[in-house]
Amino acid sequence: MQYLRNVVTLKLDQALCTGCNMCTIVCPRAVFEIRDTKAHILDINDCMECGACALNCKTKAISVRAGVGCAAGILNGILNGTEPSCDCSTSTTNCC
Amino acid sequence: MALPLNILSFKPVALNAPTVSTKLEWADKLGALKMRMGFGRDDYRLEPGLYRLGTPDNNSDVLISANYKLSFDMLRKNLGGLNLWILVIDTNGVNVWCAAGKGSFGTERVVKSIKDHSLEHIVKHRRVILPQLCAPGVAAHLVKEQTGFRAVFGPVLAKDIKAYIAAGYKATPEMRKMAFPLKERAKLIPNDFMYGKYKLLAILAGLFFVSGLDRSGFLFDKMLSTGLFPVLNIFMAYFAGIVFGPLFLTWIPFRAFALKGIFWGSLSTVVLNLIFSVSPLESIALGLMNISIASFMTMNFTGSSTFTSLSGVQKEMKWAVPLQIGLIATGIILFIVSKLI
Repeated sequence: MQYLRNVVTLKLDQALCTGCNMCTIVCPRAVFEIRDTKAHILDINDCMECGACALNCKTKAISVRAGVGCAAGILNGILNGTEPSCDCSTSTTNCC
Repeated sequence: MALPLNILSFKPVALNAPTVSTKLEWADKLGALKMRMGFGRDDYRLEPGLYRLGTPDNNSDVLISANYKLSFDMLRKNLGGLNLWILVIDTNGVNVWCAAGKGSFGTERVVKSIKDHSLEHIVKHRRVILPQLCAPGVAAHLVKEQTGFRAVFGPVLAKDIKAYIAAGYKATPEMRKMAFPLKERAKLIPNDFMYGKYKLLAILAGLFFVSGLDRSGFLFDKMLSTGLFPVLNIFMAYFAGIVFGPLFLTWIPFRAFALKGIFWGSLSTVVLNLIFSVSPLESIALGLMNISIASFMTMNFTGSSTFTSLSGVQKEMKWAVPLQIGLIATGIILFIVSKLI
């Protein structure tokens, strides 16, 4: 299962990578692989920009614009003039 | 008969942490069903705090979880036979994944919870097991820095925790992947279906009423005799967009969800026009509305899916939303016109 091609903002700077393996642990989409003590992106189109890898990368070798891939959340953001956000913890019932 | 376990009544206090069962009672199952149907989803939480599962001691593992009761029930029912601590953090009653995305299941709250419950006095080891899906909100290295506890990520699903612990805190690559099989997609449909029920009823009532419009004014009999077709159309489009779109998500080759919805809206239009025969103008008018509604509803499923990205959904919405608005507006105008000519 894969979504639109060539849109995600995931970037990996191998020069900063220490091969700690954390990205392969946290990614629920198996985007990363460690080869020769460096992380490699297998198929970038598998990424859903959840941000787990970047947040857990100690050396900041990974960057991504993290957010919810949720149409209702994006509409909320546009209507309220805020960042895209679903309303999970407020009084509305729709949620990711 | 034993009384149903009421988790909500427990008030955890450090060492007197309440014990929870690994068996779900009928009340828990009924509660789960209600959540799936979209009733009272905003208030299905349990008291954050430290809980015992079995008879844990100072060597037992510590699992960290969200205070959404559905998540917590899923966790405890998969831990039969184990003795461990469960530290439930306050995620405002939201599940692990969504709470992590919003930051309520974040580094700060995990750190605070570990400190608030003096975990260092409760267990001798220095390891806490986090659900993998909280990783978008929790930085393991910062938890370690700020509490001394090494935060390790367990598997995605609670059902793999036993195997994960037995393997020496190692998850297989399969345990680390978030799959989205038909069964999981099907579970999400009832809630999505209930989400727009009032808007749907309003549109259905509106179209039923418009069906009675006539050059000579408003004809009650005309409303009754021709009102069924538009009501059926819109209901089918809503149904197709919410049920068929997600269910057959992988069968329709388009990647954009809005396009998958357009397919279902078109198909339901064709089917209805094979069964009923109405004026071409009314057919076209309702077809445009069907496509718009089904497309919007399937596009909404991006929020429930487990593989769509923010950038991707934004890209899709840039063309899909104006198209959906244009189609439904044109459809409504043409529908009114078809009644007046």
